[in-house]
Amino acid sequence: MSMMMAQSKSESQPIPVTPPRAAVAPGIKMEAKGLKAWFGKSQALKGIDLPLAENQVTAIIGPSGCGKSTFVRCLNRMHEVVPGAHATGTVTLDGADIYGAGTDPVLVRRRVGMVFQKPNPFPTMSIRENVLAGLRLNGRRPADAAALVETSLRQVALWDEVKDRLDRAGTSLSGGQQQRLCIARALALEPEVLLMDEPCSALDPIATARIEELIHEIGQRYTIVIVTHNMQQAARVSHYTAFFYMGELIEHAPTDRMFTQPSNPKTEDYITGRFG
Amino acid sequence: MSAPEAPPVAPSSALPRQATGVDRRRAFVDKLARGACVAATVLAIVPLVAVLIYVAAKGIGSLSLDFLTNTPAPMGEVGGGIKNAIIGTLLLVGIASLIGIPIGVITGIYLAELGRYSKFAQAVRFSADILGGVPSIVIGVFVYTAIVLHWGYSAMAGSVSLAIIMLPTVIRTTEEMLKLVPDALREAALALGVPRWKAISSIVVRTALPGIATGVMLAVARIAGETAPLLFTAFGNDAVSTSLTKPIGSLPQMIFTHSTSADAEWHRQAAAGALVLVILILVLNIGARVFIRRRG
Ligand SMILES: Nc1ncnc2c1ncn2[C@@H]1O[C@H](COP(=O)(O)OP(=O)(O)O)[C@@H](O)[C@H]1O
Ligand SMILES: [Mg+2]
Repeated sequence: MSMMMAQSKSESQPIPVTPPRAAVAPGIKMEAKGLKAWFGKSQALKGIDLPLAENQVTAIIGPSGCGKSTFVRCLNRMHEVVPGAHATGTVTLDGADIYGAGTDPVLVRRRVGMVFQKPNPFPTMSIRENVLAGLRLNGRRPADAAALVETSLRQVALWDEVKDRLDRAGTSLSGGQQQRLCIARALALEPEVLLMDEPCSALDPIATARIEELIHEIGQRYTIVIVTHNMQQAARVSHYTAFFYMGELIEHAPTDRMFTQPSNPKTEDYITGRFG
Repeated sequence: MSAPEAPPVAPSSALPRQATGVDRRRAFVDKLARGACVAATVLAIVPLVAVLIYVAAKGIGSLSLDFLTNTPAPMGEVGGGIKNAIIGTLLLVGIASLIGIPIGVITGIYLAELGRYSKFAQAVRFSADILGGVPSIVIGVFVYTAIVLHWGYSAMAGSVSLAIIMLPTVIRTTEEMLKLVPDALREAALALGVPRWKAISSIVVRTALPGIATGVMLAVARIAGETAPLLFTAFGNDAVSTSLTKPIGSLPQMIFTHSTSADAEWHRQAAAGALVLVILILVLNIGARVFIRRRG
């Protein structure tokens, strides 16, 4: 819906941008180099080189099927979970290749958290158990579980809404609340990077606004990669934007520059709504 | 269609506002279909209810504390009970479950989560389906040649044949129930840095547990009533026995021998034994359901 708004509003003008914070020259937290990914024999990523700035929000935009999800799933080695899927190239996390020999994908995923398109709280667990799931399932008992539950839920602005019913099922919440619960579940593990694959696409506008606010806030402390279909959302929440098209990275730039003076005509066509 | 000379009337494709012949026909077909559904359902439960009533009516008269706590009296004498058969059935079903449930559930987990598309998994799946279609008497004969011929009749041989009979049901229901768990949950767990085995055991199996338990219960209920394979394996025992290496009695076999005898008293006892068996299965079922609800 907001996609259509974005298109009708700006037939040919670039979308006006007010970036959350001017992108300062930051360090590089993660970097993909020559990243290629396949599903069986069909290639979804054709060699991506993309650095991800530390403690900054990078938005990934592009038309459906261009490889956005595949790309973020390569960043925490979730791509290879799909039967028949594999990836080549390197992805560094603090300089070390997460695809290097002997690297345990399980350990990578603890450092690089993920939030999915559809909220997916564990149906057999209460709200509290969902927040603690990452720790408990990894055999760790937090010293102060109650405090961890509270801080995690406060970070996603869900605490006040659920503090009286922490023992209710996680699936008893509304869609937007479930998504915030899933973000809290990821944050409880204190990841260094948070990947969000279209986290708002199943949510209503109010819930979307809340998640965006949240990204704003935690974006100061985490390196965030957010896939979005909504260019206004990209403009609102991100410092950097990367435009993907047919498995290739077309353009990567600070968000304000990307939306005001895209350097590639394909980018311009996409952000002005001429296709996609 | 939209030729310029078309008159400006409502297009003929607009739906009529009043009930027409088509609508009345639709309502009639609807009634007919509903009626057929209700009739079929009633037909399906008639035999169930009839069997329950028959067993209860014929058996209740012989049911007493003495009947439950005594071993059989010789034919022709009054009295005697089914203590040996009750204990035998509990032991046979218990040991069979101890063997069959873990092997079946783990195989089901393998098929759904690990092997899914592998050649080996296909072969296992195929074998399980074939095994599910093998008459239980054939399995009894198999266990007879494989075990009884070497070691004699025993509770263990009976338990093994019951375990084999329950395996296909347990394997396939476990697999089907696990397949119903959305991939999103597997991915959610893996993305939290949870090792695969832990994601499977703590999230996937846990989520499918009520379904798996229902399948397991059906399998247990089924073997509790199996008779034919026990004739060749557990053989029967009029005395109370809890030894795995000795022949052992069981309710289905007691029902079989009593009801095929020529004695009227034994006929009544057969009905009472059947009533006990039905109640036992019912209790097992309800117990499992309560247990699952507590944990779920
Ligand atoms: N599980 C899958 N199996 C096979 N092909 C897939 C699978 N998931 C995605 N693809 C293909 O990979 C390409 C990239 O998909 P994806 O990364 O999901 O795109 P996006 O997230 O940008 O919409 C598409 O052509 C899609 O058809
Ligand atoms: Mg996608």
